[in-house]
Amino acid sequence: FGEEEEPLHTILGKTVYTGIDHHWKEAVFATCGQQVDIWDEQRTNPICSMTWGFDSISSVKFNPIETFLLGSCASDRNIVLYDMRQATPLKKVILDMRTNTICWNPMEAFIFTAANEDYNLYTFDMRALDTPVMVHMDHVSAVLDVDYSPTGKEFVSASFDKSIRIFPVDKGRSREVYHTKRMQHVICVKWTPDSKYIMCGSDEMNIRLWKANASEKLGVLTSREKAAKDYNQKLKEKFQHHPHTKRIARHRHLPKSIYSQIQEQRIMREARRRKEVNRLKHSKPGSVPIVSERETHSGSVK
Amino acid sequence: MSALRAEESLLALRQQEELEDLPKEYPLSTSEDEGDSDGERKHQKLLEAISSLDGKNRRKLAERSEASLKVSEFNVSSEGSREKLVLSDLLEPGKTSSSLATVKKQLNRVKSKKTVELPLNKEEVERARTPMEQEIFNLLHKNKQPVTDPLLTPVEKASLRAMSLEEAKMRRAELQRARALQSYYEARARREKKIKSKKYHKVLKKGKAKKALKEFEKLQKVSPSAALEELEKIEKARMMERMSLKHQNSGKWAKSKAIMAKYDLEARQALQEQLARNKELTQKLQAASESEEEEEGAEDEDEMLVPDAVNEVRMNADGPNPWMLRNGPGEAEELDIQKDPEQPPEPVAHEASESEGEENPVAEEEMLLKELEERRSLRKKPGLNQDAKPVGRRETKDSSSQEVLSELRALSQKLNKENHRSTKQKVSSARTVLPVQREEAADEEEEPMLLQRPERARTLDELEELGREGCFQDKERPRPAVNGQWLERKPNNQPGAPKEKPKKEQMIDLQNLLSTKSPSVKSLAVPTTVEEWEDEEEKDQRQMIKEAFAGDDVIRDFLKEKREAVEASKPKDVDLTLPGWGEWGGVGLMPSAKKRRRFLIKIPEGPPRKDKNLPNVIINEKRNIHAAAHQVRVLPYPFTHHQQFERTIQTPIGSTWNTQRAFQKLTTPKVVTKPGHIIKPIKAEDVGYRSSSRSDLSVVQRNPKRLSIRHKKQLKKNSVD
Repeated sequence: FGEEEEPLHTILGKTVYTGIDHHWKEAVFATCGQQVDIWDEQRTNPICSMTWGFDSISSVKFNPIETFLLGSCASDRNIVLYDMRQATPLKKVILDMRTNTICWNPMEAFIFTAANEDYNLYTFDMRALDTPVMVHMDHVSAVLDVDYSPTGKEFVSASFDKSIRIFPVDKGRSREVYHTKRMQHVICVKWTPDSKYIMCGSDEMNIRLWKANASEKLGVLTSREKAAKDYNQKLKEKFQHHPHTKRIARHRHLPKSIYSQIQEQRIMREARRRKEVNRLKHSKPGSVPIVSERETHSGSVK
Repeated sequence: MSALRAEESLLALRQQEELEDLPKEYPLSTSEDEGDSDGERKHQKLLEAISSLDGKNRRKLAERSEASLKVSEFNVSSEGSREKLVLSDLLEPGKTSSSLATVKKQLNRVKSKKTVELPLNKEEVERARTPMEQEIFNLLHKNKQPVTDPLLTPVEKASLRAMSLEEAKMRRAELQRARALQSYYEARARREKKIKSKKYHKVLKKGKAKKALKEFEKLQKVSPSAALEELEKIEKARMMERMSLKHQNSGKWAKSKAIMAKYDLEARQALQEQLARNKELTQKLQAASESEEEEEGAEDEDEMLVPDAVNEVRMNADGPNPWMLRNGPGEAEELDIQKDPEQPPEPVAHEASESEGEENPVAEEEMLLKELEERRSLRKKPGLNQDAKPVGRRETKDSSSQEVLSELRALSQKLNKENHRSTKQKVSSARTVLPVQREEAADEEEEPMLLQRPERARTLDELEELGREGCFQDKERPRPAVNGQWLERKPNNQPGAPKEKPKKEQMIDLQNLLSTKSPSVKSLAVPTTVEEWEDEEEKDQRQMIKEAFAGDDVIRDFLKEKREAVEASKPKDVDLTLPGWGEWGGVGLMPSAKKRRRFLIKIPEGPPRKDKNLPNVIINEKRNIHAAAHQVRVLPYPFTHHQQFERTIQTPIGSTWNTQRAFQKLTTPKVVTKPGHIIKPIKAEDVGYRSSSRSDLSVVQRNPKRLSIRHKKQLKKNSVD
């Protein structure tokens, strides 16, 4: 601390580097910039370079389970999956807007979530990339970063609107939102490996540490406390459909900017939906296809 | 001059000292400065010592009188004058201002005046100027009381000396405690004085009245003379009330309230209370028991209500149901008559029980009467009647026998009913016991069960006659075994036997009987009566309830209500006829039947009501809006039928409804993580996949569920656990 540290090894590259990620098991790391390079730690030249298309790549991530897989996001609105063993790109999916980052699910080998500029997050199954498994909509501005919980049940997303949201994997809406007046555009977010805390770094040069479960009691609990906590949790689950329980569980205070944006976007969405419904109602049944929300966000796969 | 000489001598001394000192100091230092400074100090000390010898002029410390280059206020010296120079002298103005001079003069004048010191001189006080004062002083001196007001009187002083330390301590502690208590009570009294709420005062007043009554009763027992004094007080209050007419609602307040009384319930009540109070206070105290004693402030309205109520309302009783409306006590007798013709076909035991029942109440009537009066007298006439009891009782019974009779009739009905049903066996058992005790053989069997008379028994004596007749007739009848005393007596009831003796015996025996607790097993007849009498307050209450609901036919009302509810909840037919379309319309003209038929929409009946088969229940099937706000409106996603959902909600999870183990199993969370324990991503081996040598193929184990121990350990270590 306070001492100047010198890098152990410096590698000079030929192109600009925009992202880096290390392999989960081997002494291999990958960088991305203009192309995706796979490096060995000892070498100064990449083992292999992969690229598909001509645009710059913004981030790259290794799959924690099938460790030879990588995913990358490029600026021409695509997500490309690579295989390290064959040193080739595997698949590409092009969305409507650019993806900022992706994150692999540590418990499901083939699931990854992409944080997109169109305020949504898309959870894809690697095997069928044409439609997303789930569309997570709750942010009111571009989503900048995403990270999975080590339990694989939830992930946290950081957005350009000055908030962090925690989403469950199987639901389309967030279960928690964190915001502070002091916290400006959140650039990056990470979930601690013991699944208790979330760290976020934001524009005003601060790193914040949050609890993953806001109402959880930290520290060692006595057995009675644990029993009571479990019972209360179970009761909340049991009665989650009752209107008042639902209201209390969902109620969050939001800063005015986010809240007003939400209202605005709701109005716009409602308008679009009304139009759809009217079109359906007043046209011959079967002539207008009914498209689900998921399908509307599908991308083209290559 | 002397000072000069002192100086010279000092100098000489000094020099000598120096000479002496030098050899001493030589090894240490030879600096002249040091020696000089030392010498100077010594010189100063000498000077001081000498100047203090003559006590007259005290010379203060001399200032520094050396010449110095710096001229400042700190270095001012006064060599010549040999006076001390004080800074304040330098700061003083040359001339004094004129304004201060007057003030100064005033100040001096005030200081010079002599002040009177208070307290006055002791000598002045003790001087007795007038003869009265002299007397007082003499008295005080005689009793060793202090003339002035010292901290401790001589008496107290003497007592203090007498006590030892510990005693003194104890005494002090006691005094402290007493003081603390006193202060507490003072504070409390102050607080209570401030309370203004009317309700509080009302309650307090009532409580005080009750307390006063109790104390009066106690006083009766302790010292009757004091009780008599209290009574005199009451008499006085009565006199005052009659003379002054205070509570007659004729004053300013009452008049103003009377104006409001038309509209305001509370005003009306207040006025009535005033009048009631008047009545209470002016009531005469009589030897007979009916009038109540009122003590000042006592409001025994509750107790007054009961006798009034009893006086006014007649007993209405049906055979099985005391709640149903019937005409009067005449009915009761009719019922008895009705019952009797039913009985002859039944076995003798029944008749016996009937007769017993009939006579028991008759004979017990007097018993009950006596008890009633006794109790009432005890409660309400605290002191008077204890002396007058035997005398007063008869009279009271005479006067209030009418009231009691009706109660007793009701009781007798009950007894009849109960005897009818349940004492068959008991009677039969009693029968087996009784032959032993019976002295005379049973000859007579049939006789009129009911001693019917055109007039009611109006006095106690008549009642007793009744009883005696009954007893006489049925002396051979078997009687319940409990009444052993009765059985013994029965043979005694000879026609020529004196009236008084058996009656007295009865009274005495009854007293004994009632005072001891009868076992409830043997027969139902007597214990029920005993129990009845034991909670008289309950009886009174039941009485009140009966009177309150005397005019209601409960069942009919209920059925009516149910019909109305059913009609209200039925979906009604919709009538859409528009009179005047296609025909003449107007006031009083109805559209044709065909049209009405056409436009009347009949709505099919709804589902059957839940209370359809329950004649005594009305179930309200209206939707409760406030409850609906908390209920689920839409069937949640995974459920297909509302019954499924309801069943899942019905199962309790708490520890009050489940065993501990079940509770634990039910409430285990799906994911459990340890804080600080790193959770690694899942591996294929954890799930049972074993990768073959070819890395691009992954093979599933034959029994994927059976994990090896190593795998299990890995699972536990790595993932969610």
